[in-house]
Amino acid sequence: MTREVSLGRTLAVIAAGGVVGSLARYGVADAWPHQQGGFPWATFVVNVVGCFLIGVLLARITPQTHPLLRPFLGTGVLGGFTTFSTFAVDTDRLLPDHAVVALVYFFGTLAAAMVAVWAGDRVAR
Amino acid sequence: MNLLLVAVGAAVGAPLRFLTDRYVVARIMHGAKPFPWGTLTVNVLGSFVLGLLTGVSDHTTTLLLGVGFCGAFTTYSTFSAETLQLARGGNRAGAVLNAVLNLGLGLAAAILGATIT
Repeated sequence: MTREVSLGRTLAVIAAGGVVGSLARYGVADAWPHQQGGFPWATFVVNVVGCFLIGVLLARITPQTHPLLRPFLGTGVLGGFTTFSTFAVDTDRLLPDHAVVALVYFFGTLAAAMVAVWAGDRVAR
Repeated sequence: MNLLLVAVGAAVGAPLRFLTDRYVVARIMHGAKPFPWGTLTVNVLGSFVLGLLTGVSDHTTTLLLGVGFCGAFTTYSTFSAETLQLARGGNRAGAVLNAVLNLGLGLAAAILGATIT
């Protein structure tokens, strides 16, 4: 039996999860700063780990498990933990003077993220 | 204080991502979800806004809007999961298109945002 959940409660758990995930991302970025022209390791690792975890999550937790678990962990925590905007802007910043690093970062993140979400799904099944 | 700024930005960004996705799926795609336009929308918009913040050196704005809001509004995990889903469902062209659109338009939006400020 699936329980109906109000939009307000869904938004509240997504906000709470988003705060948790974003603070974790900020913690990693703060502890692991990258130099100008250097490879943005913190964002790379955060995004790849987040993609692995969403692979695990979507394979293990269905909306039937608990109606608010996917919104909290998937949309909230992992959505807040991973980031696309920093990925795009970091690439833009690297492009003029460090084009090779920029391209390796840009396509390397996509490749690693796709392998990670696939691996997470495989491990969880 | 830094943590509070990131938290407040994220508390707005994450639910707004959910609402934007819902709105795009409901209004523009009439409830059908053959292609993840919602995630593409948030990633492109969020990359544009963070691009706009490129020249901003104010610490408070960077943490609140950049790290908190834009970081939580955009997502790599949902993007990768939806791309995998498309490929799994037999829509390989759709999966490639989704990756090309997110990366291409996301980067273009970041560059545009950084250029016009």
